[in-house]
Amino acid sequence: MELLAQQLITGIATGGIYACMALAVVMIYQAIHHLNFAQGEMAMFSTFIAWQMLAWGVPYWLVIPLTVVISFAGGVAIERLVIRPLGDAPVLSHIVVFIGLFAIINSLAGFIWDFTIKPFPSPFGEGSQFGGLISNHQVGMIAVTMTVLVILFLFFQYTRVGLAMRAAAENPASARLVGIRVGWMIALGWGMAAAIGAIAGILIAPIVFLEPNMMLSILLYGFAGAVLGGLTSPTGAVFGGFMVGIIENLAGTYIPVIGGELKLPIALFLIVTVLVFKPTGLFGRTVVQRV
Amino acid sequence: MSMLLEVTGLHASYGDFRVLHGLDFSVEKGGISTLLGANGAGKTTTLRALCGMIKRSGTIRFDGNDISGKATEDIVRMGVAHVPEGRGTFTGLTTEENLQCGAMTRSSRAEIARDLEQAYHWFPRLRERRNQQAGTLSGGEQQMLAIARALMLRPRLMLLDEPSFGLAPLIVQEMFSILRKVNEEEQVSMLIVEQNAGVVLELADTAFVLETGDIVMSGTAAEIRDNETIRAAYLGY
Repeated sequence: MELLAQQLITGIATGGIYACMALAVVMIYQAIHHLNFAQGEMAMFSTFIAWQMLAWGVPYWLVIPLTVVISFAGGVAIERLVIRPLGDAPVLSHIVVFIGLFAIINSLAGFIWDFTIKPFPSPFGEGSQFGGLISNHQVGMIAVTMTVLVILFLFFQYTRVGLAMRAAAENPASARLVGIRVGWMIALGWGMAAAIGAIAGILIAPIVFLEPNMMLSILLYGFAGAVLGGLTSPTGAVFGGFMVGIIENLAGTYIPVIGGELKLPIALFLIVTVLVFKPTGLFGRTVVQRV
Repeated sequence: MSMLLEVTGLHASYGDFRVLHGLDFSVEKGGISTLLGANGAGKTTTLRALCGMIKRSGTIRFDGNDISGKATEDIVRMGVAHVPEGRGTFTGLTTEENLQCGAMTRSSRAEIARDLEQAYHWFPRLRERRNQQAGTLSGGEQQMLAIARALMLRPRLMLLDEPSFGLAPLIVQEMFSILRKVNEEEQVSMLIVEQNAGVVLELADTAFVLETGDIVMSGTAAEIRDNETIRAAYLGY
């Protein structure tokens, strides 16, 4: 029983990270209808920036907001410089650009900080709660991801900018006709996705250790979460992310064949299963075009 | 009477295919003009060209300023509200969120709240549906919503693209009487594109008849309405 509880909590904690990545992916997907393969590398690069600041002796409480702001600016810059000029280019052009971004960011991180694995300190310190049931870091992960998700929900539901972003994502032509600057809304979406990714990266780095390929599998789980919840539904993506975290942990523990090594294929298995049986995901809606 | 919108030599094309061949027309301050014509005459294209949604050339003077080179968002911010073909509803947002979107370029919260009340006053049905997803509204309600959303901009000029399309005659009557009141009480000028010439000629003061990208006839609404030849040849009623 204690093992189950422990695995559930671990699942929720890592699920929160997947939920953040899934949300970042869905935010960009909603705006430009393409999956950003470089989302994980962007988050990894942000995490390196945080690590560098820590190495320079900047206190942790300052490192996190600074990293979030820098990542936001970086996300906006990528949209303005690379994605916007693509415009309505076909899907393959986007895929090539995303793969290019992936390779560039990945090698750049390796070039600057090299490929050796680095430990990354937890902002919440060592130790555990409830008689070792849950580590301080896991408590922190759950608290931070929940806070981020709630803030985002409030932002999209109750602020004018949030409403403008939703309107721009749903119907760009109509959004322009009410005076919304759709281009900037998309850039804002990229900035926010990058900032969310940065938080996810900093939270997961103490567990998977810091290196240029650290986000590869995390993003895959994020994609699985986004697909499971439905690429058209931010709420669904968050739910999907948590589900993937829980499923991954429970399957790794209780299904002997899978174990620790075969956890990653679960994400792929989930993606394929959902796409075959329910392509819109659990919460997604089918886009019906009235003619 | 001074002109709010003055268009001269308006050309527009989709790719290499030229659709408008130099249109001249205008809307008086506080007036209602209508563009009539059959399917494919270029009515919708004209409105899209005015708003910068497609490439166009020619001069478009709005209140004395040339807007022919401006982006859609900037034209909207000058007070031109376009109620597009197909209504342009944000189907995933609620009715009230749609209306809030209409006021996106304005800053005073108090004024927006007042105009929201005013919109519900013009269209009481929308108040009943305020928290409902806009995509689930009926066609007539969505058309009302589109007009109400445009009014939330506090526009000086409204461009309406076939507001009567697909609506029951009774709803059309009701909608046009509201448009008349909006025009009289709030001095909103209008350019209405219609196939339903009979109804709109009762409301408009000036009419332009469009045929395959050219204006073939213009005059006061009464002149067009009373001219049997035009009615038979172009308007078909």
